[in-house]
Amino acid sequence: MTEHTQRSMRTPLGRVRHLGSAHHGTRHFWHQRLTSVANVPLTIAVIVIVMGLLGRNHAAVVQILGSTLVAITMLLFIVTSAYHMWLGMQVIIEDYVHDELWKLVILMSNTFFSFAVGLAAAFAILKLSFGL
Amino acid sequence: MAEVKTSRLKQRPLSPHLQIYKPLLTMMMSIVHRITGGAVFFGMLLLVWVLIAAAAGPNAYASVRWFMETLLGRLILFGYTWALIHHMLGGIRHLIWDVGYGFGPVEREWLTVATLVGSIGFTILIWTVGYVVMGGMG
Repeated sequence: MTEHTQRSMRTPLGRVRHLGSAHHGTRHFWHQRLTSVANVPLTIAVIVIVMGLLGRNHAAVVQILGSTLVAITMLLFIVTSAYHMWLGMQVIIEDYVHDELWKLVILMSNTFFSFAVGLAAAFAILKLSFGL
Repeated sequence: MAEVKTSRLKQRPLSPHLQIYKPLLTMMMSIVHRITGGAVFFGMLLLVWVLIAAAAGPNAYASVRWFMETLLGRLILFGYTWALIHHMLGGIRHLIWDVGYGFGPVEREWLTVATLVGSIGFTILIWTVGYVVMGGMG
C-alpha cells in the first residue's frame, strides 16, 4: 500500500471512490420478503388450481387454465415466483461459489434460467387464455 | 485489485463453521429451508412443462399425464409438493421472525416443529384429497 501511494498521483480519496456502497441498500432483502408475502396466498391458490386439473383431459385443462381468474392468478404466481427464485438462488450462489469466474457464469445462468422459466410459463398461460 | 499477496496476510482465527455446533432443530430447519428453496427452484420446470404442454396440444399434454402416472413422476411430484409447502411454511416462520416475534426459547422451537409437522401434514392432506376426491392423478 505504501509503495502504491508513492508511485501514484491519485489522491487517497480518488482511490477509494466508487468502491463503497452500490446504493442498492436493502432492496434485495426487501424484494425477497415482498415476493414471499405475495407467494403465500398465490401458492395456496395454485395448489388448488393444479388439484382441479387432476384426472381431467386436455380440453378441460385448457378451459380451466385459460379462464380469466385462473390465468391472472397463474400469471401473478409465475411473475412473483420467477423473481423470488432468482433472488433466492443468487444468495445461495454468492454463499457457496467463491471462484470469481464461476460465480459470474453461474449467476448469469441463474438469471437466464429464472427469466426463461418465467417467460415460458407466462407465454403458455397467455396462449391458453387467448386460445391461439 | 483484490489480489493481495498471501505472504503478507496474518493467520487470523476463522469463525467456527457448521461442524463445530451441536445440530439444533432450528439450525437444521434453516438448512432445510434453503434446500427446499433450491428444490422448488428446479421444480418450477415441472409446472412450466405442464403449462407448455397444455398450450401445445393434446399429444404433448398426454405425455405429461403419462409421466406423472409413472412411479418416478409421482415421487418427483410428491417431493415437489412437500418442498413447496415446507418452503412456504418456513418462509412464514422467517417472516414472523423478520418482524421481531417468536424469538423466545419455547416459541422458536414451537414454530420450527410446526413447520415440519405442518409441511408433512399438509402434503399428506393434499395427496389424500387428490386421490380420494379428485379420483387420482394424471
